[in-house]
Amino acid sequence: MRREGEIRIPSGCAISGIFARDGSAVNGRTIRTSIALMHERSNGLGGGFAGYGIYPQYKDYYAIHVFYDDLLAREECERYLERHFDIINLSKIPTRPSPMITDAPLIWRYFVTPLPHKLQDEHLDEEEYIARTVIKLNRTMKGCYVFSCGKNMGVFKAVGYPEDVADFYRLDEYEGYAWTAHGRYPTNTPGWWGGSHPFALLDLSVVHNGEISSYDANRRAVEMYGYSCNLLTDTEVITYILDYLTRKVRLTWEEAASVIAAPFWNTIALKGGDEGKRLAYLRHMFSEFLITGPFSILVGFNGGMMALNDRLKLRSLVAAEKGSKVYFASEESAIRIIEPEPERIWSPKGGECVIVQLDEGVTA
Amino acid sequence: MRNGSMIQPRFRVVRESWCTSCGRCIRECSFGVHTRDSRTNALKADSSKCVDCQRCVVFCPADALYIEENPNRMHPSAMWGEDTRNEIYRQAETGGVLLSSMGSPSGSVPRYFPRLLINASQVTNPSIDPLREPMETLTFIGRGPESIERDRDGKLRDNLPPHLEMKVPVMFAAMSYGAVSLSVHKALAMAAEELGTYWNTGEGGLHRDLYKYGKNTIVQVASGRFGVHADYLMAGAAVEIKIGQGAKPGIGGHLTGAKIKGDIARTRMVPEGIDAISPAPHHDIYSIEDLRQLVSMIKEATDYTKPVIVKVAAVHNIAPIASGIARSGADIIAIDGFRGGTGAAPVRIRDSAGIPLELALAAVDQRLRDEHIRSRVSIIASGSIQSSSDAAKAIALGADAVSIGTAALCALGCHLCAACHTGRCAWGIATQDEELEKRLDPEKGAERLCNLIRAWKREIEEIMGGMGINSIEALRGNRLALRGAGLTQKELDVLGIRHAGE
Repeated sequence: MRREGEIRIPSGCAISGIFARDGSAVNGRTIRTSIALMHERSNGLGGGFAGYGIYPQYKDYYAIHVFYDDLLAREECERYLERHFDIINLSKIPTRPSPMITDAPLIWRYFVTPLPHKLQDEHLDEEEYIARTVIKLNRTMKGCYVFSCGKNMGVFKAVGYPEDVADFYRLDEYEGYAWTAHGRYPTNTPGWWGGSHPFALLDLSVVHNGEISSYDANRRAVEMYGYSCNLLTDTEVITYILDYLTRKVRLTWEEAASVIAAPFWNTIALKGGDEGKRLAYLRHMFSEFLITGPFSILVGFNGGMMALNDRLKLRSLVAAEKGSKVYFASEESAIRIIEPEPERIWSPKGGECVIVQLDEGVTA
Repeated sequence: MRNGSMIQPRFRVVRESWCTSCGRCIRECSFGVHTRDSRTNALKADSSKCVDCQRCVVFCPADALYIEENPNRMHPSAMWGEDTRNEIYRQAETGGVLLSSMGSPSGSVPRYFPRLLINASQVTNPSIDPLREPMETLTFIGRGPESIERDRDGKLRDNLPPHLEMKVPVMFAAMSYGAVSLSVHKALAMAAEELGTYWNTGEGGLHRDLYKYGKNTIVQVASGRFGVHADYLMAGAAVEIKIGQGAKPGIGGHLTGAKIKGDIARTRMVPEGIDAISPAPHHDIYSIEDLRQLVSMIKEATDYTKPVIVKVAAVHNIAPIASGIARSGADIIAIDGFRGGTGAAPVRIRDSAGIPLELALAAVDQRLRDEHIRSRVSIIASGSIQSSSDAAKAIALGADAVSIGTAALCALGCHLCAACHTGRCAWGIATQDEELEKRLDPEKGAERLCNLIRAWKREIEEIMGGMGINSIEALRGNRLALRGAGLTQKELDVLGIRHAGE
């Protein structure tokens, strides 16, 4: 059977997210409780989490999380990392043995900063340098896979049910202002940890429920801009598109949402005026990044989170608020289990993004 | 032996016993096949004149006519086919270059569209019902700017160059006035306006009466520069520079003096009765940098208000050629494949030069992506797009839109008899004979064209909906939506698709 990346594997899923606008600490066990409720939406073939604000002591360094097939791969990869980065700290990511999680690779974490002369030589800004180095590493180096590389954030994922994955990674020992979670229901058995979600590049992470019908049009378009889609998953291509639109083209999150879930032309015509022109422009300019077919995504980034549905709303997505906390989940029950009495609970319309950010003055 | 020729008539006109001798066939046949015997008053047919245009068959009120192939056979040979021998006889008799019309009928070069299979949604994502949900076929073609710009308040500035907007990703291909009748041009123009798409003048200029359809017209500039003047360039929605044509790559055009009369001469701006010859190359384009200058000149002449299309035939080097065109300032590349139609082409060129559209299109789209310039230009694909599924497959391979010539002519009555060069088209299409031209009512023709394109639009919507796609841009270049059946690995590699079952 082919491994993830050699064949495209569609999957259904559950997603959940928590965001504390006041920057207050949310323990990893809260998000575990939420995603665990949607056990039936996963099939044990993938689960994962992204936490933001979890590494305050290293917040100025890029946290590189890596899966290794074996010691040899680790040695080779570490040599590569040393050539490109100043490594401030390295360790195994702490795990708790669990009968539910098997075939674990070696899982390591490095806090790094780019070597200054390397940055100068390559005439790149820091983020582009990290992104390129990681994309290249994942494409070319066998036996290792970088699955997280942002500042003050981290992805934790594995093959298994999400609640078991949370226990395995000891998420109850982490606290952050934002969390996303994913339970996967792939339609075959990839059995590879790298293929689980969230998918992340720099501080941008995506959890996604759906199967996009525009996949190859999107993939072939984004690959023109220096990305290499190695996993052939929707989440990977959505992450790269969002990274391209927000980091490279410098679109706002609202604009990026209007690209990937562009309103129908007749909706744009009805809006008219400046808003209509703006939407028409974005749709023309970035037509190859329109995503069709069902999706609901939660996008995490430093200081914020975006929830977005496809424009027909072919996947469920519920949002809720209580005080300074905002919740998202595939099912309302997954919110109520951690916040039984939200002040507001609603179902965002298809194509209408919900963006939450840290309150002014609060730093990640 | 008839008239000193060894070539036997290819068709036989057969009249059934229930013929009422009404004589309609005599009036309909423009080749003089049917006559009435003055003595017996019976109808006769001279099959040697028959081109199998089916006009008499379609119009016979008693359904008493049919045309069959001459049952005579030559001495059998697996190596030397009858067509081959007839062509040799013809050249031995005339010493001439073999000419024919319409796209190549050759069966030995594969057509790939029938071997491409389209995906459909099952379980993991829903198909979309176009009768209940919005389904977008609105297509924009033109150049993309390299980056966004914002004004001081951070508002996005509209820096999009001029575009063409089509309600359906199908337009009408270039067919010149002179090669086809004014009635055809009128029908195409009216239909394009009604459908919200475009028709193309071809290289013979634009008749004064049709300037009012300008916003749905693409005006062509070819090597003969017939009918090209400032008003003409400004009249259209876009200007197409025709470098080549799929039916005859590397070959120019030739409209005989007999067809150059009256309005045709005026529209082409050439003297009556003199052959109008389009040189094989543009004599101001001997290299890619010259093309860049012509593109710039046309843009300058049209005040940068019109997209410029460069049309080329699909040839071996099509990928680098397209890359050069994309960098020449052109907004749109039109690729015309091996099976593209024509009013007249040398048979040897038509049947052996160029490559199939599907392979050329796939190679060009991939090459432009490899060079990171695909979003700078749009691609129009043509050359035997026979159905809506061909159109959808072309778009999935990487085209932005397709154009149809032969299919449009069939909608107007063309029966592919390939006698265009005789000027005696019984259907009023490829003729300048006033009486014959009247047979094609432009309004009725436009209605048939509209019906055809509307039917295709519905079918494209069904195809997209089945795949769970509700906007045409999500189909464009979406090659995972295609699988090949019965193709070699090399063919699959060039097409950039997987085999069915993979």
